[in-house]
Order: sequence, then structure tokens, then C-alpha cells
Amino acid sequence: MKNSGTLKVTTPSDREVAMTRLFDAPRHLVFEAWTKPELVKRWLYGPEDWRLVVCKMNLKPGGGLRFVWSHGKGEDMGMSGVFRQIAPPERLVFSEIWDEDWTDGETLVTIVFTEQAGKTTMTQTVLYSSREARDAALKTGMEHGAAVSYDRLAELLKS
Amino acid sequence: MLETLQALAEPNRFQIVELLRDGPRPVGDMVDRLGLRQPQVSKHLRVLSDAGLVDVRVDAQRRIYALRPAPLKELEAWIERYRRIWEVNFQRLDAVLDELKAKEKKRGRTKR
Repeated sequence: MKNSGTLKVTTPSDREVAMTRLFDAPRHLVFEAWTKPELVKRWLYGPEDWRLVVCKMNLKPGGGLRFVWSHGKGEDMGMSGVFRQIAPPERLVFSEIWDEDWTDGETLVTIVFTEQAGKTTMTQTVLYSSREARDAALKTGMEHGAAVSYDRLAELLKS
Repeated sequence: MLETLQALAEPNRFQIVELLRDGPRPVGDMVDRLGLRQPQVSKHLRVLSDAGLVDVRVDAQRRIYALRPAPLKELEAWIERYRRIWEVNFQRLDAVLDELKAKEKKRGRTKR
């Protein structure tokens, strides 16, 4: 089992999935690529043939966002959300809920951008479940719960 | 799947699973290694067993636990699907960033 890319997926708790990846660009550009709809549309596709066809962002606290993916045949996949925190170029927090509510209520997405020597590490954490649970999890941070990183899991499977 | 995640999200249970990677172990051995009391270890083993992560067999007086790979494989497959979708997205983002960097460089030059 090998982890081919630089993308690391971890489960910091039973309600979160976090992704970490290094980009060869300063963070203000990575932040820009995440917050300008015309740029977001160029990379944030869904699985396989899905394309992001609607991307609206009212980039201010309390501002709305609307994403719709389509694969050209049949049902589209839409998601709406609200920006909770916008701190360029370090941090972006928004809530989201799918039109077909398959995540059992809204989820909270936190994206953190850190820069070192002109490269940016982006950590994108999605927190699932109820508001109470989410708030509690956010308050206590992510130090609770063991990190089951993809790499360690792959090692585990070798045994 | 959620049961697997919940079972693994507790640090001591995660440690038990890590210990069992090296092969089956009796409870007493895990008690020593984890520095926990026997009832605590037994409680964690029961949760792991309910989640299908471990199997137990009795050998004379000892209860010997072993890892069951199936739920971990399921979890791994799920994470891999998720990872693949995003890795493809991020490869496209790499290309967008290269373009932004080039533009910025050009702008910087014309300013000077």
C-alpha cells in the first residue's frame, strides 16, 4: 500500500476528516485560488466527470456561498453555505449543507494556509454532525482523539 | 464504518490496535504494556470486539486477542476514494497556482 501523492488524509476525530497538502506557491495565491469563483471553477471538480458549473461566493462573514456540480446528464449536485471566518491569507471557515442532505445536517469546513519558504501547506478539515458536537469538538481542538493518518493505516494493513 | 472510526478515535484503543499489529497478544501482556488496569483494558477490548476489530480465543487460562483486518480494509478503501478525488482536484489547483505565480512575476517586473 503506498501513499502516492503528497495529499494526506487523516481522521483527527470520529467527526472529522482532515486533508493536508503542500503547494509550491505562496499562501496568498493559494488563498486566492480558493476564494475567487473564476479560479475555484477551474480546479474544484467532483468525482470523475463532475464539473463545478455554479460557484458563487459572497466573501464576507455571514456571506453566502453556492456551489453546483453537474455531470451533464441527469441530476446536479448542489451545496449551499455561509462564511464564518475570512482571514486572508491564513484561514477560511464556512458551513455547508448539501441539497440532498447526505451528511445529516450541515458540516463545518476549516481551511488553514501556512507558508514556509514560499510553499504553502493547506489543511482542510471537515467536521460532520450536530452543532453541539461540532462546537464541543472545535472548543477542545483536535488534540483529543488519536490521529489515524493514512500512512499509519496503510502500515497497519501490511501487518 | 462509523463504528470503526469511533472505536479507533479513543487513544487507548488506538494503542491496543497498534500493539496487535505485531500479532495476537494475551490481555495480561497488553495490561503491562499500556500501563492501564485490567478492567479498563477489558472494557476497551470489548468495544473493539463489538466493532469487529478484534477476535478473541481462549488458550488454557488466557484470553488471546488478534486483529481482524476487514473493518480496517473497509476504512482504508473509503479514505482512498476520498483521497483520490481530492488529489485530482489538487493537481488541477497546482496548475492554476503555477499560472498565478507566473502572472504575479510578470506584474512585478513591469512595476519595476
